[in-house]
Amino acid sequence: MSDNAESPTETQKEDTPPPSDESTISEEKKKIDVLLKAVGDTPIMKTKKWAVDRGRTVQSLSQFISRFLKLDASEQLFIYVNQSFAPSPDQDVGILFDCFGSDGKLVLHYCKSQAWG
Amino acid sequence: MADDKDVLRDVWFGRIPTCFTLNQDEITEREAEPYYLLLPRVSYLTLVTDKVKKHFLKVMRPEDVEEMWFEYEGTPLKWHYPIGVLFDFHASNTVLPWSITVHFKNFPDHDLLHCPSSSVIEAHFMSSIKEADALKHKSQVINDMQKKDHKQLWMGLQNDKFDQFWAMNRKLMEYPTEEGGFRYVPFRIYQTMSDRPFIQKLFRPVSPEGNVLTLGDLLKEMYPAALPNQGEQKRYQVVIHGIEPLLETPLQWLSEHLSHPDNFLHICIIQAPTD
Repeated sequence: MSDNAESPTETQKEDTPPPSDESTISEEKKKIDVLLKAVGDTPIMKTKKWAVDRGRTVQSLSQFISRFLKLDASEQLFIYVNQSFAPSPDQDVGILFDCFGSDGKLVLHYCKSQAWG
Repeated sequence: MADDKDVLRDVWFGRIPTCFTLNQDEITEREAEPYYLLLPRVSYLTLVTDKVKKHFLKVMRPEDVEEMWFEYEGTPLKWHYPIGVLFDFHASNTVLPWSITVHFKNFPDHDLLHCPSSSVIEAHFMSSIKEADALKHKSQVINDMQKKDHKQLWMGLQNDKFDQFWAMNRKLMEYPTEEGGFRYVPFRIYQTMSDRPFIQKLFRPVSPEGNVLTLGDLLKEMYPAALPNQGEQKRYQVVIHGIEPLLETPLQWLSEHLSHPDNFLHICIIQAPTD
């Protein structure tokens, strides 16, 4: 799994942005707002709202959350849309935003164990 | 219409004659014969290739075998796309049987998802159905089903039982008559022009004015380059289940009859043959 991780530069970029604000209007089209919510006993993230590249995959986002929460490499992380289905790891978050976003953001739930079907 | 049920059957029983050949770099104890199989279009590669694996393992030592994966002309084949989509997108207009190369090492992590067991396929399949129903019915139909109903959908696909699958799947195809169709049509458009894997957006089967929307209407909005310009030679083929449906076909009808078991309408846009 770990050799799937994206390059350090991209990680750096993703770790540094503040919760999205109006200062990045030119970037607006390429990035979407994602709200990350923990389920059950999975640790919460202090920063819940992130500006994420549309072309970023669910897998790459999941790896980012795992690193952010300092999960063990052995721990799985499940991501859910609409509290109902787990999108395919290679799915773009941009597509999920287009189809399941509301109020200008995409809400994703994450969980260390299977939460929904 | 009674005839339309036959369409569901024809789609379900669509088969692709395929020749599996072992990658020549694999280490074998004796020469590996190719293996021929009729692949169900609506199934998944890793779900129907146990026999292929068994066949090639006979000539290999266990220590030379890692996770099996498939490739066609240099392109790793994504097991989590339906087989028919892989064939239409990568191998339309080529000579049959479809020639797939089998690998047992150097798994391409960047291109393919791992598939350690059929439970991974089941999870992927059920997630797709749930995603589709979120678009069609705000998840109401799939959520009203019981665990055993979900299992029936999966077992129907896994065991190639048309009646078992459709006894449950027909519920996912219902909609209020007065609305004329689903809330949104679950579709994915595969094309080579962009680096994104596919196009998927919200699209209703009926316009706000109450007009029935067609395959052509969908393409006009999602991928206009696929439509032929007047008087110009056709550059692209719009392929679903190996055929080119008329662009005037209502999208709702296509969704009900030509969707894959995962409840998505998979549309491939490929270059038209030049001859």
